[in-house]
Amino acid sequence: MKLKKNIATSEEGFIFNPGTGDSFSANPIGTDIISLLKDNKPLETIVEIICDKYDVDQSQFIKDLDDFESQLKDYGILE
Amino acid sequence: MTKKKQLVIAVTALNAIDSPGPGVAVIRAIRECTDFHLRIIGLSYEALEPGLYMHDLVDKTYQIPYPSAGTDSLLGRLIYINDIENIDVIIPNFDAELFNFIKLKERLKEMGISTFLPDLNQFEARDKIKLYDFGKKHGLMVPADKVVYEAKDLAKVAEKLNYPLVVKGKFYDAIIANTLEQAQKAFYKIQAKWGLPIIVQQFINGTEINIAALGDGEGNTISVIPMRKLYITDKGKAWAGITLDDNSYIELAKKFIKVTKWRGGCELEVMQTADGKPYIMEVNPRFPAWIYLTAAAGQNQPASLVKMALGEKVKPFKDYEVGKIFIRYAWDLITNVSEFQKISGTGEL
Repeated sequence: MKLKKNIATSEEGFIFNPGTGDSFSANPIGTDIISLLKDNKPLETIVEIICDKYDVDQSQFIKDLDDFESQLKDYGILE
Repeated sequence: MTKKKQLVIAVTALNAIDSPGPGVAVIRAIRECTDFHLRIIGLSYEALEPGLYMHDLVDKTYQIPYPSAGTDSLLGRLIYINDIENIDVIIPNFDAELFNFIKLKERLKEMGISTFLPDLNQFEARDKIKLYDFGKKHGLMVPADKVVYEAKDLAKVAEKLNYPLVVKGKFYDAIIANTLEQAQKAFYKIQAKWGLPIIVQQFINGTEINIAALGDGEGNTISVIPMRKLYITDKGKAWAGITLDDNSYIELAKKFIKVTKWRGGCELEVMQTADGKPYIMEVNPRFPAWIYLTAAAGQNQPASLVKMALGEKVKPFKDYEVGKIFIRYAWDLITNVSEFQKISGTGEL
C-alpha cells in the first residue's frame, strides 16, 4: 500500500488529491494510518503501531485495514 | 518593466450574472498587475450588466451595438469612443462578438488600438461545428457529433450517436437528451435562443475539467491552468472550482496551442473518462469567467495578454499554486436610478 506522491494530508485527517481536486476527511485511526503510509512504514509496522495505540485485536484490524485500502484505491489515493 | 505604463484598456462582457461573462474577472486580474497604471473602459450591450456599476473596477462605460449589427456599426462606435478615450488595448470576451473584432483587427491597429486575438482560421477551426474534424486532423479526442438544421433529422442522428446525447447551441447552451422527445424539445429551445444550426454530440460520461490557456500566436504556450468544478449551477456553470496538478491536462492544452498556433486566451472544456481518456468537448475562443483564478494561482493570464498585445515578449509561466479555490458569490450592488438613466439614455456611464 503506497500513497501517490502528490497526495496532501494534514494532521487533522484532511486528504487532498491535487490531480483530481477530490478531498476527504479521515477519522483519527485513518489519519494515523495515512500518516504512517506517508512515512513509508511497512504494513507490519502500521499494524503493530495502531494495535498498540488503540488496543484493537490484530486480526480484526488487518481486516479493517484491508477495507480501508480498498477505499483508498477507489478514491485514487494509492499508487 | 522599469516604469509603469499608462494604459487605457477596453473590456467587454461585464455581465457578472449567474451565467457570467468574463469581463469583470479579466479587469480584476489586470488591475492586480502592478506593471500598469490603468484606466478601464467598459464596453456593454445592456444597461443592467453589473460591471457597469462597479466603479472601483470600471472607470467609464460605453454601450456598443449588438454583434448582429455588423462590423461597420461596431467600428463607428469604437471610433467615437477612441476619440474620447485613446484606447491602447481592447479585450473582447464574448464568443458572439469575436468575429466582428477579429475582422476589425487591422482597422483597430491603424487607430492605435492593439488586440491579441486568434485569426479567423484559428477561430473557425475550433468552432463547435467543425470540432470533430479538427480533433481527427490533429489527433485530439473529440466526441462524435452531427450538425442538424431540422428537428426531423434528430431521429437519424440519434441512431448513430445513441442516447443519451447532447444537444448544443452554436454559441452557448447544452442540454442532455435521453429520448427523441427530449432531443426535439431541446432542439426547439436552443434554436429559439441561438438560431441554427444545432450540434448534436455523443454523450461522454466522466469528470469535467476546464483548462484556461494562453498562446503567443507562434505555437508557444504562455500559461495553462487546469481547474475542476466543485460546485455547478443549474446552468452548468462553475460556482466553485479548484486548480489541479495533472500534467496530462497541461500537455493537452500545449498540444492544442501548438497545432493551432493559438493567439490569445482560450478555454478547453474536457471530459476525463473513468479510464483516463481526455475528450475535448468544446474550445472557447476567449478567457473563461473563472479567469481570475489563474491570477490567484500565480499565472496572471489577462495581464500577460495585455503585455503581448503591446508587443512585449512574455516568458512562459512554469509554476502555479495547486489547490487554489474560487467560490463565486452573489452580492446586491446598490445604485441610483440616475446612473441607470444615464447609461440607458446616453449610452455612457
